[in-house]
Amino acid sequence: MTANDFLQIGLFLAVLLALVKPAGQYMALVFADEPNRVTRAGAGTERLLYRLAGIRADEDMGWKRYAIAMLVFNVAGIAAVYLLQRTQQWLPLNPQHFGAVSPDSAMNTAISFASNTNWQGYAGESTMSYLTQALGLAVQNFLSAATGIAVLIAVVRGFARRGASAVGNFWVDMTRATLYVLLPLSFIIALLLVSQGVVQNLVPYLDATTLEHGKQSLPMGPAASQIAIKMLGTNGGGFFNVNSAHPFENPTPFSNFIEMLAIFIIPAALCYTFGSMVGDRRQGWAILATMLLLFVPLTIGLVAAEQAGNPAFHGLAVDAQASALQAGGNMEGKETRFGIATSGLFAAITTAASCGAVNAMHDSLTPLGGLVPMWLMQLGEVVFGGVGSGLYGMLAFAVVAVFIAGLMVGRTPEYLGKKIEAHEMKMASLAVLIPCALVVVCTAIAVVAPAGYAGVANPGAHGFSEMLYAVTSAANNNGSAFGGLSANTPFWNVLLGICMFLARFPLAIAMLAMAGSLAAKRAVPVTAGTLPTHTPLFVTLLACVVIVVGALTFLPALALGPIVEQLMSATGH
Amino acid sequence: MSRLIRQAVVLFLLLTAVTGVLYPLAATGVAQVLFPAAANGSLVKKDGVLAGSSLIGQSFTQPGYFWSRPSATSPGPNNPAASSGSNLGPTNPALTDAAKQRIDALRKADPGNDAPVPVELVAASGSGLDPEISPAAARYQVKRVARARGMDVAKVEALVDAHTKGRQLGVLGEPRVNVLELNMALDATGR
Repeated sequence: MTANDFLQIGLFLAVLLALVKPAGQYMALVFADEPNRVTRAGAGTERLLYRLAGIRADEDMGWKRYAIAMLVFNVAGIAAVYLLQRTQQWLPLNPQHFGAVSPDSAMNTAISFASNTNWQGYAGESTMSYLTQALGLAVQNFLSAATGIAVLIAVVRGFARRGASAVGNFWVDMTRATLYVLLPLSFIIALLLVSQGVVQNLVPYLDATTLEHGKQSLPMGPAASQIAIKMLGTNGGGFFNVNSAHPFENPTPFSNFIEMLAIFIIPAALCYTFGSMVGDRRQGWAILATMLLLFVPLTIGLVAAEQAGNPAFHGLAVDAQASALQAGGNMEGKETRFGIATSGLFAAITTAASCGAVNAMHDSLTPLGGLVPMWLMQLGEVVFGGVGSGLYGMLAFAVVAVFIAGLMVGRTPEYLGKKIEAHEMKMASLAVLIPCALVVVCTAIAVVAPAGYAGVANPGAHGFSEMLYAVTSAANNNGSAFGGLSANTPFWNVLLGICMFLARFPLAIAMLAMAGSLAAKRAVPVTAGTLPTHTPLFVTLLACVVIVVGALTFLPALALGPIVEQLMSATGH
Repeated sequence: MSRLIRQAVVLFLLLTAVTGVLYPLAATGVAQVLFPAAANGSLVKKDGVLAGSSLIGQSFTQPGYFWSRPSATSPGPNNPAASSGSNLGPTNPALTDAAKQRIDALRKADPGNDAPVPVELVAASGSGLDPEISPAAARYQVKRVARARGMDVAKVEALVDAHTKGRQLGVLGEPRVNVLELNMALDATGR
């Protein structure tokens, strides 16, 4: 790895960490129970929306009503996006006259965007009209992100409240997340992106004649506004087929830096918000430290693997040395402006955060370079993770870690002043195990079904990796892919649609159930025997729990894919 | 329950209107006022006709032009209507076959140049539309371009340096050369 590689990674982390406290404090104000200067600014708009929808903002919901509201809202979203795609040929803002999307693809896309996955079996610039992109897909980018944040806030209230029967109002949390957090930040990010060259217009594709007298049809569209929320809400669904590798979607190294920052900012800042809302900021920093402890070594491993290049090129007359004049390394599937360092960093960020956007083709990563994104997803998308969902996933792991510690010393486990009992352990186990089970079972199905492995593009172990990656991505709501897999078939659309739905909503409902039972408990006083959960010891314990679950579950599968491929590649096959 | 469904549907429609109509329209309006050239595709005109975008790569096959990165779009390379990478895995024999073909093509167009080929000219880009190449890739092609156009090697090198962008803010990304802009500058010299 070069010095500049480390510099770019370090600069990114430094800027991110500097923004955590201001953004975290802001969000704590947004979701505070009492009115404050932030919520007073938008109170008029909120009141109007609630009146029109017949919502009483002071109605505090128990966890069951909260969960049902969340589910009904998201199912309505799925239905709407499905209908938009099936009728886009009759609707306006379709200058390229695209027809209706096929039923299985439309349903897969609808579930995908509503579950914050943004798995895209389709190619954006040849399938979706501008109306579908802006009114269907981009809207789900906002609402699925807001849903994740809302559920997280409800879970935090479960820890913070004592003897309470309610965890909040889903409508208010959703609306506040959208109006105060997602919209303003997206607007700013969209304009920053346009300044770098991302397109934002409503004109049809333009015909150009190249210097060598060829023809090019240049795609256009309202891309920047969608890309901003794609990153900010850890959605990942690009406007164009190759996502943030496309020069119109990510034109410069600076736009790339903004996009990477946008992915991590809310998940990182919510750690601070969590600490603030439970009355002990050290708890938030401890969770953030755990996430960094897992993220940084894996990122360095990825970049180092890519910088080492592809051994298959060693026998050819190719210069892949890093120098002042070129990035070198494994440049297949990467863009010149991003080189190795920022392609690698982006890949690590997007798979740590359940975003799923890509600025390089993951199918062309070296075996170890592809193992890191895969494993980051398989850890459960808790290393920063999706907006809201990453933190509530990590809190489930924290409950498990506290439980294990309690077993080791023979005391009733407690976390943040609440006793962790059988019900909480059951819900935490569900949250941890549902994605693991989905990945393992559904990959097995794909591997034995002819319709499954028919879609594979690369031979041998790498083909298995393609299938494993796809199911991992869907079952952890990530949305990125090893793009060679032909996944726009009924088999894959149905299998991955089921994975995405089951990974998102039952898990969220389990965490809401935990929140409900926690909120009702009284606080346990802190004694000399309480396990402190803000210390380096706990941070290490939590990181180890995440790693052990991820390694035990997935080492066999990884051995069949990236690990075998790495061994073959290193020995010259 | 029916009250809850009504609340869900109405709030969904309201938030759709805000995030799906107001927001993109506002963003488009402000973007068109503040950054019109960028918002409309960074278009490049030659003799009054649209010749492409400085952000979208084009195919160049003549020895007198600098060549772009290999592109895996179909039906032909650098097709912006269907952005695509090759998605070839590192152990796929098709990858080394494609690399060998590209090395042969480069060497045939530039006999006498036995230097190893910079990897960016041998590896397909992620988007298939990469508008830039590394300075090393540009330098590799300088003698061929100079010979084909009957120009001084030093003059061509100077043009390459003039069109080389350094890392943004001194540290972000990679140094790179915009192929379309460089080739248009070459044409503008009249040789």
